Amino acid sequence: MSKPEYDLIIIGGGPAGLTAGLYASRSRLKTLMIEKLLPGGQIRVSDALENYPGFPDTITGAELAQRMTEQAGKFGLEIETNEVLNVDFSKKIKKISLPDKNLSAPTVIIATGASPRKLNVPGEEIFLGKGVSFCATCDGPFFHNSVVAAVGGGDTAVQESIFLTKFAKKVYIIHRRDELRATKILQERAFANDKIEFIWDSVVTGIKGGLTNVDTITLKNIKTNDSKDLNVDGCFIWVGTRPNIEFLENALELDKDGFIVTDSHMRTSVAGVFAAGDIRNTPLRQVATAVGDAAIAAFSAEHYITNL
Amino acid sequence: MSDNVLVITDTSFDAEVLKSEKPVLVDFWAPWCGPCKAVGPIIDELAADFGDKIKFAKCNVDENPLTPGKYGIRSIPTIIFFKNGSIAEQVIGAVPKTKLEETIKKVVGESA
Repeated sequence: MSKPEYDLIIIGGGPAGLTAGLYASRSRLKTLMIEKLLPGGQIRVSDALENYPGFPDTITGAELAQRMTEQAGKFGLEIETNEVLNVDFSKKIKKISLPDKNLSAPTVIIATGASPRKLNVPGEEIFLGKGVSFCATCDGPFFHNSVVAAVGGGDTAVQESIFLTKFAKKVYIIHRRDELRATKILQERAFANDKIEFIWDSVVTGIKGGLTNVDTITLKNIKTNDSKDLNVDGCFIWVGTRPNIEFLENALELDKDGFIVTDSHMRTSVAGVFAAGDIRNTPLRQVATAVGDAAIAAFSAEHYITNL
Repeated sequence: MSDNVLVITDTSFDAEVLKSEKPVLVDFWAPWCGPCKAVGPIIDELAADFGDKIKFAKCNVDENPLTPGKYGIRSIPTIIFFKNGSIAEQVIGAVPKTKLEETIKKVVGESA
């Protein structure tokens, strides 16, 4: 067999991938990070990261991504914009298939993160980009003086709803429970915001509109079973995330929601394959947890190679 | 920005896009949109590869609100392929280069 091109291949270029790349490059592993779009991942759409330590005046996701990319590059991390189609982890040397070539390495770190979860209700797909959105920083400015709905009760839903009030004249937060999961400081801000109104115990069962716009969403109160229509110009959906695992095709053990199962060393069910960040079965998905995972994953990969 | 990508305004849209003989790809974007920054370089690369078959254009939705309004765009990046003055394909959100390549081949009538 020919010699593998790299010591380590990192799949995914968010905070976890970039941090694993930083640590691995400093360990002098010949490392390639493959990112299908632009390094940064989900944080690219974040307007302000208030809970990543070291930036008391907050930092935008895009700027943090840029800084992390520069820092890893300084130590020699190679970055390629490409899309992994599938993987073969059946042999000691792992194979990664890209549209234009195959690459191999004895170790792989999977850091492909997660994407917003959909509601799976009628109208969601049809009105995507025409009033249905998963990104307040991308699409908020299209809703100047409008009435919008935001679905969800976690950190993302509440923080992004507050951001939307810069543009919209009214934001309804629709949540299936009667209390929020979001961090207390975000709850306090949302409750104090005159433009935000909460609709509790309710789920969205449908989205309707004209040819190019949303005009109504249907809500169902899950305690009383009553349904009603609410007039809105847009519907933003923040009901959690789903793992980006399409290319894996059962190569690794996953939990019931599809996240990769790891131990405390970030080892997966296949020796030499590690996972870090949002893709992992972890109780908290934050930049702060992703970079911690990634440092351990890179350390474990180095340890694995040394003992081959 | 690459020289192969034309900057379209509300004023030039009709002549450059709707009346174009070649199919046109228009990337609707804005400076405040994070994912748009990921798509921009991909469009530049594609323009170098497919520039002879398809016209590549960018439209800043902040400076040109009429055109995105006309097509009901409420999410960016949105990439619309125009053929003979009407919409042939539409791609919403940041997608990898392979996905856009596929769509281009579909629009110009090549098998992928």
